[in-house]
Amino acid sequence: MAGNTETSNPLPLSDVKLTKADFAKLDKSEKKGELVVRESISAWKDAWLRLRSNKYAMVSLVILLLIVLMAIIGQSIAGYDYRSQDLMGTNLKPNTDHWFGTDDLGRDMFARTWMGAGISLQVGLYAALVDLIIGVIMGGIMGYFGGKVDEILNRFCEIMYSIPNMLIVILLIVVMEPSMFTIVLALSITGWISMAWIVRGQIMQLKNQEYVLASRSLGAGAGRILFRHLIPNAMGPIIVTLTMTVPNAIFAEAFLSFLGLGVQSPAASLGTMINDALKAMTIYPWRMLFPAVLISLTMLCFNIFGDGLRDALDPKMKK
Amino acid sequence: MERILEVKDLRVNFKVRGGIVQAVRGVNFHVNKGETVAIVGESGCGKSVTAQSLMRLIPSPPAVTTGSIRFKGEEILTKSLRQMETIRGKEMGMIFQDPMTSLNPTLSIGKQITEGLVKHQGMSSEAAKTRAVEMLKLVGIPNPESRVSQYPHEFSGGMRQRAMIAIALACNPSLLIADEPTTALDVTVQAQIMSVLKDLQTKLGTSIILITHDLGVVADSADRVIVMYAGKVVESGKTRDIFKNPKHPYTRGLLRSVPRLDQKKDEPLIPIFGTPPDLIKPPAGCAFCARCDEAMRVCVNNDPALVPVEGEGHTAACWLNHPLAGEGGESA
Amino acid sequence: MSNSNASTAHSIIKPSHGDPLIQIRDLNKHFNLGGGQILKAVNDVNLTIGRGETLGVVGESGCGKSTLGRTVMRLYEPTSGQVVFDGKPLYDLKGSAMKTIRRDMQMIFQDPYASLNPRMTITDVIGEALDIHKLAGSRAERKKKVESLLDVVGLNPDHATRYPHEFSGGQRQRIGIARALAVEPKFIIADEPISALDVSIQAQVVNLMQDLQRKMGLTYMFIAHDLSMVKHISDRVAVMYLGRVVELADSDELYANPAHPYTQALLSAIPIPDPDVELERERITLKGELPSPINPPSGCPFRTRCPLATEKCAKDTPALAEVKKGHFAACHYASV
Repeated sequence: MAGNTETSNPLPLSDVKLTKADFAKLDKSEKKGELVVRESISAWKDAWLRLRSNKYAMVSLVILLLIVLMAIIGQSIAGYDYRSQDLMGTNLKPNTDHWFGTDDLGRDMFARTWMGAGISLQVGLYAALVDLIIGVIMGGIMGYFGGKVDEILNRFCEIMYSIPNMLIVILLIVVMEPSMFTIVLALSITGWISMAWIVRGQIMQLKNQEYVLASRSLGAGAGRILFRHLIPNAMGPIIVTLTMTVPNAIFAEAFLSFLGLGVQSPAASLGTMINDALKAMTIYPWRMLFPAVLISLTMLCFNIFGDGLRDALDPKMKK
Repeated sequence: MERILEVKDLRVNFKVRGGIVQAVRGVNFHVNKGETVAIVGESGCGKSVTAQSLMRLIPSPPAVTTGSIRFKGEEILTKSLRQMETIRGKEMGMIFQDPMTSLNPTLSIGKQITEGLVKHQGMSSEAAKTRAVEMLKLVGIPNPESRVSQYPHEFSGGMRQRAMIAIALACNPSLLIADEPTTALDVTVQAQIMSVLKDLQTKLGTSIILITHDLGVVADSADRVIVMYAGKVVESGKTRDIFKNPKHPYTRGLLRSVPRLDQKKDEPLIPIFGTPPDLIKPPAGCAFCARCDEAMRVCVNNDPALVPVEGEGHTAACWLNHPLAGEGGESA
Repeated sequence: MSNSNASTAHSIIKPSHGDPLIQIRDLNKHFNLGGGQILKAVNDVNLTIGRGETLGVVGESGCGKSTLGRTVMRLYEPTSGQVVFDGKPLYDLKGSAMKTIRRDMQMIFQDPYASLNPRMTITDVIGEALDIHKLAGSRAERKKKVESLLDVVGLNPDHATRYPHEFSGGQRQRIGIARALAVEPKFIIADEPISALDVSIQAQVVNLMQDLQRKMGLTYMFIAHDLSMVKHISDRVAVMYLGRVVELADSDELYANPAHPYTQALLSAIPIPDPDVELERERITLKGELPSPINPPSGCPFRTRCPLATEKCAKDTPALAEVKKGHFAACHYASV
C-alpha cells in the first residue's frame, strides 16, 4: 500500500485493498510536525555556493591567489635577489638560469617581476583598505543621519570629486617624496568618495527597513544600528566596490610609475618595470612582456571575480 | 453547457538549486461558457502557476509543463509561440494583482488598449481609439475622453486596475483570467472592481477564472469553486456546496480560520496548525495529512483521488469519503 | 482554546474607562515634502487605551494608521501633541529615560520578510533585545531565555541557530513577536501583523496574540485594514479617514450600529464568506476617490464622497462627539 512518491497518480478510492485498520485515526506522534526540510545555510554561505558555481569567477580567483602566492615566494624561487646587478649579463633573453631574462643592469627579471607584482598588489590593497575605512564611515554618517549633516558632507564630496584627481595625486607626489606611502595617500584622497556614495545609498535604503525600526523601538543606539544592522546588510555592494578599487589603484600606480612618479629604484612595481622596458622595447621586448602580461592578467581577474561576486551577493534572497 | 476550457492532468515542475519543485501536480478542471470559476488556496498551492500555464506564460524551459489544456477544442500546450500570440489578448485576457507593474509606464492607457485591437482585429487607429474610450467608460472611469491619453502614473490604484480590465477585455475574449485582481486594493475599491467585473460578464458573456485567497470575494462572485492545496485540487464544486457542505478537511479548516463580520466576536478562530509541505519533496500520501485533525493511517502513504461526493458536480480528494472511514476507531 | 475560555478572558479585559495606560492627546504628524507641500498624515488624534485592552485601528491605505502607530512608538517625532504613557509624557523623555520606557512598549511589524535582519540568526535577532537592556547576565542565560521565548511563541527552540529566510511567513511573524516579548513590555503596537500571511496562518498568529495577552496582561493597539480580523481581536475600534479618527466604539457596537457614513460604506464593502449572506447584502458604493492627504477637503474630510454631505460639512470640521454611551463619531449627521 505504500504509495510510490513523486509522480505516482493518486489512487482511486476503490483500487486499493484497505481494511478498517487503515482508517484508524492518527494520533499526534504519528504525524510529521513542522519540518524545515532544506538545509540550514547563512546568507554568506549561500553567496559562496553561488560564487563557486561560477566557473569564470573561480578560475579568476585561483589565478589571483597564485599571483599573490608568487608575489610572496617568487623571489626565493628565483635564486637571485631583485637588487643584485650583473653587468656582465645585461638584457639576457629568458633562459634556464634567468627564467624571465635580465634587465639593463643584469638584474633577474623573474625576481623583479614578482617583487613588482607584490608592490603593485600592496598599493591596491592599502588603497582599497583606506577607501573602505573612510568611505564606510563617511557614507554611514551621511546615510544614517541624513538631513543637514548629509547635505554638508555631500557637498564636500562633490567638491572633492570635481577636482581632477590625477592633478591632486601628481601635486602631492611632487610635494612629498615618491614612495608607496605617498602613492597610497594620494590615491586615497579622492578614492574614498565613490565608496562613501555607495554606502550612503545603501544605508538610506536600508534604514527604513522594518528590522531597523524594530531595533530602534528596542532602544538601540546609532552605533548598534549602523554596525549590527546597516553595514552588514550593505556588505555585498561594499565588497564588490572593493574588488573594483584594487585593480583601479594598481592601474593608477602603474600610470604614476610610468610617469616616473612611482616607487623608486632599486624597488620596482610592475609599472616602473614597464616604464624601464619602454626605452628598449623593440630590442628587448621580453622585458616589457612579462610585467605587462602580469598586470593585464591581474586586472582581468579582479574584474571577472568582482563581477561574479556581484552576482553571488545579489541582495535578493533566494526564496 | 458549453465547455470552453478543459484542463487535464496539468503538471508544472521548476528546477531550482536543491531539486525540482513540483508546483502543479496533476490538476483537472473545466470552465463553462459565461461562468465564474474561483481557484482558491494559499500562496504556493499552485493556483497562480496553473493560471499562468493556461496562457503559456510560464517560461519553459526552465519549467516543464505536461498534461493537456484544451481551449475551445484546441490544445494550448502544443501551440507555437506565434499561435499563442494570437490567442493571448484576443481569446484570453489576463489581469494581475499589481496594476502598477502590469501596465507599461511609458505608454498611454489608450495606446495600451488600442494595441491589441489594431493587432488582433485589424481596426483602424481611429476606430480603436473610439473603442478604447468606450471600454474605459464601461469599466467606470470618469471622463474617459481625457483619461484615454493619460499615463499609468496619473491613475490611482483602483483606476489602474479598471484600466487593466479595459485592456484585457478590449478584444472581447471568451476567457478572462483574473489573478488576485483585488488583493492589492482597499476594500471599498475591491467592491467597486468586483462589481465592474460582474457587470461586464453579464454584458459580454465572458467566462472568468478568478484566482484569490479571499473567501469573501469567492462567496460573493463565483459560480463554482476549485480548492487547491500543495499543487493539487482537493475539492471542487458549486460555491454553495463548498461553503455549506465542504467535504475536505482543508476546505473546512479555511472556512473556520477566517473571522466573519456577522459573527459575535467571542467565537474563537480555529486555525490550521503547521505549514504547507515543501513541494521539492511532496509527501507520499495526502499532502494535508500532517496538518489534518482527522488524519487516518491510510492518509500517510496513499494519495486520495478526487471522487464525486454529495452535491451536483461536487468532488473531493479525501479518504474520509471512503465507505470504511469512521470505522477504524482510535489509533492503538 | 474553548468557547468558555474565551469569554472569561474578555470579562477580565474590560476596557478603558478606569485606568488608562496610554493617552494620545491632540496628536499631529505632518511630513514636509518640500516645495511647500505638507502631508498631514495624522490630524488631531485623541485616543485612550486602558490596561489590558485591545484597541483596533482600521482604515484604508493612506489614512494615517501606520504613521499613528509609529509616532506613538516615537519612531517618528510628532509635529505637535503628546502621548502620556503610564503617567509619563513620552515626547519629553530623553536619553536613558527614553530607553527605559522602550522596554515597556514594543512593536510587531507587517512584513515578516523585512522585519528580521537577514544576516542574523534567530538567537541574535531575539537576543538583541536582551543585549540592549542587559537582561541576560551570561551567554548561557541569553541562550536559555531565547529558547524559552521561542517556546512561548510556539517555535522549536532547536531552530534558534537558523537564519530568517529558512522560516515561513507565519513562523517569521512568531519570531517578531518573540523579539517584542523579550523585554517584557506592557504595551504592543501591532502594525498590520497578519496582512502578509495566508489565511490559515493568520488565525494562528491572532490566537497566539490573544493567548499572550491573557497570560501576560498585555495591552494592544492593533492596526489593520482587515475589519473582520480587527473586530475579532479588539475590544474597541477606531476608524480613521485621511488622518482623522472618524468613529470610535466598542467593536460589536461599531459593527452593529455604525454611525459615520464612511464606516457604513466600509463595512458594507467587506464580503462575507457565506454565499447565502452575500446574496442578500447590499453594498454602499462610495463615489469618487480618496482625496490626497496633501490637499485634503475643507471641513469634514469625507464630505467629497459622502451621500449626506451639505454645505455645513464644507465649513465646519465635525469633532469626535459621543452619539451614545461609549460610541463616538465625527459627523454632523451621525445616525443612531
